[in-house]
Amino acid sequence: MQIKPVLAALRYHKAGSLLIAMQIALTLAIVCNALFIIHARMAHLSEPSGVDEDRVLVVENQWAGKPDTDTIASRMAADLVALKTMPGVVNAYATNAYPLRGGGMSYGIGLVPDKLKYIAQTAIYFADDNTLPTLGLKLVAGRNFRPDEIGLMDAHGNLQPAVVIITAELAKALFADGDAIGKMVYVSAKPSIVIGVVELMHIPWTQSPMMKWEWNSTLVPFRQLVGYTDYMVRTQPGQVDAVAAHVRGTLFAENRMRVIAADDGIQTYAQVRDRAYANDRGMATLMGVISLALLTVTAAGIVGLASFWVGQRRKQIGVRRALGATQHDILSYFLTENLLIAVGGVVVGGVLAIGLNLWLMKQFEMDRLGAGYVLAGIVALLLLGQCAVFAPALRASRVPPVEATRSV
Amino acid sequence: MLAYYLRLGFRSLRRNPVLTVLMVLAIGVGVASSMTTYAVFRAVSANPIPERSSQLFVPAIDVWGPKARANGRQLPDMLTYTDAMALMRAHKAQHQAAIYPVSYTVIPQDVSREPFAVKGDATYGEFFPMFDAPFAYGNGWDASQDDAHAAVVVISSHLNQQLFAGANSVGRTIRLDDHDYRIVGVLADWNPQPRFYDVNVYSNTFSGAPDFFLPFTRAIDLQSETNGNDSCYGSEGRKPGWQGWVQSDCIWISFWVQLPDAAAVQAYTTFLQGYAAEQKRAGRFDWLPEVKLFGFRPWMDFEQVVPPETRISLLLSLGFLFVCLVNTVGLLLAKFLRRAGEIGVRRALGASRREIILQFLAEATMVGITGGVAGLLFTGAGVLGVGMVFEPDVAKLAHIDASLVALTMAVALVATVGAAFYPTWRAARVQPAWQLKSN
Repeated sequence: MQIKPVLAALRYHKAGSLLIAMQIALTLAIVCNALFIIHARMAHLSEPSGVDEDRVLVVENQWAGKPDTDTIASRMAADLVALKTMPGVVNAYATNAYPLRGGGMSYGIGLVPDKLKYIAQTAIYFADDNTLPTLGLKLVAGRNFRPDEIGLMDAHGNLQPAVVIITAELAKALFADGDAIGKMVYVSAKPSIVIGVVELMHIPWTQSPMMKWEWNSTLVPFRQLVGYTDYMVRTQPGQVDAVAAHVRGTLFAENRMRVIAADDGIQTYAQVRDRAYANDRGMATLMGVISLALLTVTAAGIVGLASFWVGQRRKQIGVRRALGATQHDILSYFLTENLLIAVGGVVVGGVLAIGLNLWLMKQFEMDRLGAGYVLAGIVALLLLGQCAVFAPALRASRVPPVEATRSV
Repeated sequence: MLAYYLRLGFRSLRRNPVLTVLMVLAIGVGVASSMTTYAVFRAVSANPIPERSSQLFVPAIDVWGPKARANGRQLPDMLTYTDAMALMRAHKAQHQAAIYPVSYTVIPQDVSREPFAVKGDATYGEFFPMFDAPFAYGNGWDASQDDAHAAVVVISSHLNQQLFAGANSVGRTIRLDDHDYRIVGVLADWNPQPRFYDVNVYSNTFSGAPDFFLPFTRAIDLQSETNGNDSCYGSEGRKPGWQGWVQSDCIWISFWVQLPDAAAVQAYTTFLQGYAAEQKRAGRFDWLPEVKLFGFRPWMDFEQVVPPETRISLLLSLGFLFVCLVNTVGLLLAKFLRRAGEIGVRRALGASRREIILQFLAEATMVGITGGVAGLLFTGAGVLGVGMVFEPDVAKLAHIDASLVALTMAVALVATVGAAFYPTWRAARVQPAWQLKSN
């Protein structure tokens, strides 16, 4: 197929060609960035929490009537016994927060007592000797807490744990070789000895500003005696729903002086994850819908204009056919024409996509768009253009040569 | 003649139904996606207190010092207990109120009912006049009750409904946690969205209305923990215990002042600067703390109240609408120029260019109106489905009202007619002689 005559013909419908090229360019710019957002959000969505999610249930409990710390301690102990003896329950512990919870406590952690010289941010999880087995956290070095190490802490007590368990990621941030066992770290003015390292434990938050330290978690051996207590419950395989149905009754039978919210007081980890990433999923959905709609509209636009051109040029097509052009020649003429317009569009669109991304980066703290997205977008739009133009082009190729002799 | 053109336009829509449906759907979908995301954006960026917001200000004091800023911390957006109390005592504004969120439990006398949790704010009596909070029964409390650390409470209409079936409950008593409070006022439905007055201490900016308000001084007496954010910064950490906490440089209190005019704003700024200098002189800081007085809008921006997701969605939707319009220009061009023969005949029979322009703009208007109707239907579906995209608290704020309907129609119409200008101009330039000759 010769390109020169196609180019020459393009000059006679500049406006339509420009419009299609422009539409392709804008579509490319928006779809690339939308796909990029979708991919980033979906990657976020499927991140592990470190928790054995199929087996774990969360109960968010608020103590009614403002009991003092001694009462909270004894009620908490009684609750844990009741929970652990429930049918279908393997283990349980009490804490302030859990991965993907959406709220919790964070501290700076470093190697010197001066708190301003911290090295990394870390989530603080109150834990006991049952935390690792309950959540299914994998210990990669050192040991778990012993029962005799577990202390009690009230609302404004100073957090000065003698021993801590940290995540591998945090160990790497603190010590170049990642070997933290037996070493001293500081979350307070007093040193804490690292006794264990777990493979993975996500922080409670999922918002982007915290994602720089999303794997930095520290377990401290305390039960926190404040108005709110979260219970983490490990169930037998497949028993999560059965335990979820009965846990409320069990706890209220133990003691009525508590509030467990009817809507989200008891959650499976699937629900925790759904809630934590609702925003990400929503954005991915919206971007997906917009991208699909855009591609459809652009394809429809190409079909519409190409049909018009075919209708407009029936006579010329007839002449060409009469002069010996095959059906295939006509078909490839229209495909080539569309390809030329689309190439013009994607070149501009590629630049626009990068420009839009730079602007979004500045406005919304987004990452840089990978070249792969632009390339994939370019290929997709070129293919889309060819597919869209195919039906009108086929119709053009079926114009009979006799058309040349009509109505001249 | 115009009515005739409109009728013609409508008839022409039916002439190539596929092209028409394509155009109308493209406009409808483009307008609807923009309007749906706009409905959400409008809801989250709305000014919840339009009559008063120009007089409302938030003071900020840089208690953590320039070093913290160099470490990437922003200006503290809450006050320490020490500073909040100093500003309350100084009483330099027309109204001022320190605020922090608390949560208590209510134990129903009927033992068959489970205890339930209520969320509220500890604040000062000036809160109510400052924010123009409307009362159904009774009033807020006054300064003497603040000073007396009185056990009084203002409850929301929702809690009043829950506990007293909506009756006038002023003078009655409710028990929150382990203390009794006398109800002095019941608010009418009042739930400004976003909940501007404690966006910094409360992570859930778009949640339901607080159930109650009680005197700040009383809540402190009872050592009620904050139910919101608490940020600490410093080289040694705070001293243990409640006293250690309230005396620390931890920030956890929202503070608002009402300043009626520019002079008052100037005076308050000067006062804050003086306060900061005095604190430095007293040896509390070895730097002169920066002070800042945020206006309402700058404060909402500083706190990033509008979720970035809603902004990105709106922008990309507008981009989508633009592509739909480019598409419409192309399709209208095809549709109009296909009728070059008809235009030629009309022109030859004496129609002026103006008439042609009118005819085709009228036709575009019909497309716009149809697109707008399609857009309205899609927007309706979009607003219903918005819960799948945005978090429930934000999604439920988006709603369709008369202004959104009008805007949808207007955008569809203006956009389509705007898109029709170029194709119409081309149609008007059709040379009659050419068309007549070739037919």
